[in-house]
Amino acid sequence: MATLGPSHYSPYPVAVYENILPPPPGKALLLTEVVDEEVAMREAAKAMLTRENPTIFPGPQVIYAWNEEAKEKARLIRELAEVLGAKIIPMVDYRPKYPKIDPEKEINPNHPNLTIWHNNIKACIFVGVHCHYANVALKIIRAETDCFTIALCSNAGHEDAMITLRDQHSEELKKFIEIAKEVKKEVK
Amino acid sequence: MQKLGEELRNRAGQKIVDPEYLLFEAPREKVFMTGSEVVKEAVKRASVDASVSYPITPQSEAAHLIGELWVEGYVGVYFRGESEFGVMSELAGCSMAGARTITTTSGPGTLRAMENFPMWAGSRLPIQLVLMARGINSPLSIQPDDLEVSFLLDTGCMVWYAENAQELFDMILAGFVVAEQPDVHVPVVNVINGFFISHTRESVMLPPDDIALPPYNPYKAPMPPIDMEMPPGRFLRDPFVMKSNYISYATHTSWQFEVRAAIERARPYIKKYLGGLIEEFGDPESDIVLVSTGTGAAQAKEAVRLLEDEGVKAKVVKLKTIRPFPINELREAVKNAKVIFVPEFNVVGWLEREIRRYLYKHSDAEIIGGPRVAGGMTMPPEIIAKDVLNYLGKEVKHVY
Repeated sequence: MATLGPSHYSPYPVAVYENILPPPPGKALLLTEVVDEEVAMREAAKAMLTRENPTIFPGPQVIYAWNEEAKEKARLIRELAEVLGAKIIPMVDYRPKYPKIDPEKEINPNHPNLTIWHNNIKACIFVGVHCHYANVALKIIRAETDCFTIALCSNAGHEDAMITLRDQHSEELKKFIEIAKEVKKEVK
Repeated sequence: MQKLGEELRNRAGQKIVDPEYLLFEAPREKVFMTGSEVVKEAVKRASVDASVSYPITPQSEAAHLIGELWVEGYVGVYFRGESEFGVMSELAGCSMAGARTITTTSGPGTLRAMENFPMWAGSRLPIQLVLMARGINSPLSIQPDDLEVSFLLDTGCMVWYAENAQELFDMILAGFVVAEQPDVHVPVVNVINGFFISHTRESVMLPPDDIALPPYNPYKAPMPPIDMEMPPGRFLRDPFVMKSNYISYATHTSWQFEVRAAIERARPYIKKYLGGLIEEFGDPESDIVLVSTGTGAAQAKEAVRLLEDEGVKAKVVKLKTIRPFPINELREAVKNAKVIFVPEFNVVGWLEREIRRYLYKHSDAEIIGGPRVAGGMTMPPEIIAKDVLNYLGKEVKHVY
């Protein structure tokens, strides 16, 4: 729990208070460092392939068939999960659940730590989660767990994730899958 | 939006252009108009979907002129709210449904609407408010006084401050562009000093009125827009306090930090579209610095000219944004300062408080909160110059 700095006794440290902003277009963020997208993809794949219980958390933008891109992304995410040997636990919506979610079946942005604790998840990917809810959840995860967080964002990225890739659409997902296949060979 | 050949056009038939072209590249022509008229000209070029109004001096004319734009087909929806509280609530509904929205208010109207501003920010609604600052009752005043700005500083809204009609025009257009960035997406309040800007004419350079900003795209918003046509329809934002106290504490904390983080993420966009968070005027090496906003900065610039006649070199640091506060820019701009004056149009010195907070342990300069005027008084540049000359122990030659 953060006891120092601008976040003070809040359990949730905030990256922008440490002067970390989302990466500029064409770049990615690896912890506090702005790096090339490919470098970040390799590190993300490595984290998912080497840490315990890697899990992908797909959000409403890709688990509902809003449009053709959403359908294509959903297909690619299943392929990515296979390559990474990752479980898929969806974030089906953003409403807080009462009295408690079933952490084996879903993750919720209001208490994402419950799902991560229950499943002992040490690396995860957020994809298709609306930015506000991803940011709320990533701050909580960063403070409450030792899970390595990766955000694949179709907009500007998420500085509270440990790796964030921005402007991620179908083409970028395909590239990530190919890089993950290469890294998989290297880590074995 | 309609497509004519390769061109995209908005509901008014204006050609859609990049924000960069509209703000920086399009040819401009000089016109002579009031701040209220400038609001109309900016909204005309902003592809605005909805505006709700309520009369209060001095912003009534600007609100009325936005209504004329609705008649002319430039604004999609326009109506009068039941009160300022109604206006801001109704705008929230429009914005949640995916509309680009703007309104104007002043003084007591701002306070009547107050509950809505943190609600806008917490709901991540990029609504724009043009605040023509005026005194706060009681006693009744309709005169310019910017005390009300201090109430807005911690609402989670961005607060920008325009010095003149030209800056107001550009800030309204840039305001939409910055506030609607997916990683920012919080409201923006563009402040001017009422009457001084709203009711006086000045030269303003305007781009053609047959071009406009691209429409707002709510599907890039950080929260899903309310869209009953798109399944799953029920994306309501249930208040988590109704669910469990544990969730309430934890999520509410992270949520509030996220809104503040969103304001911080605006910094690079503001640098791009406003050319920086501050502007400096006068002798850059001077150790006498006047830090102010809006009309205070305009008067401080005149004071610098007067001081030059007296053989005293000084400079102005104008803060274009208060939220996000230009922390590093201010520290750099006053690094050589021995004394900092903070001219303000209110009795409490909220800007002085802000400056003291961010310069604490970052500057050895003496900070003097003033001169201050309030209740609608003007701030002649002579009184600023007089304070500086008095501080320096120099003879004050002017008659004040």
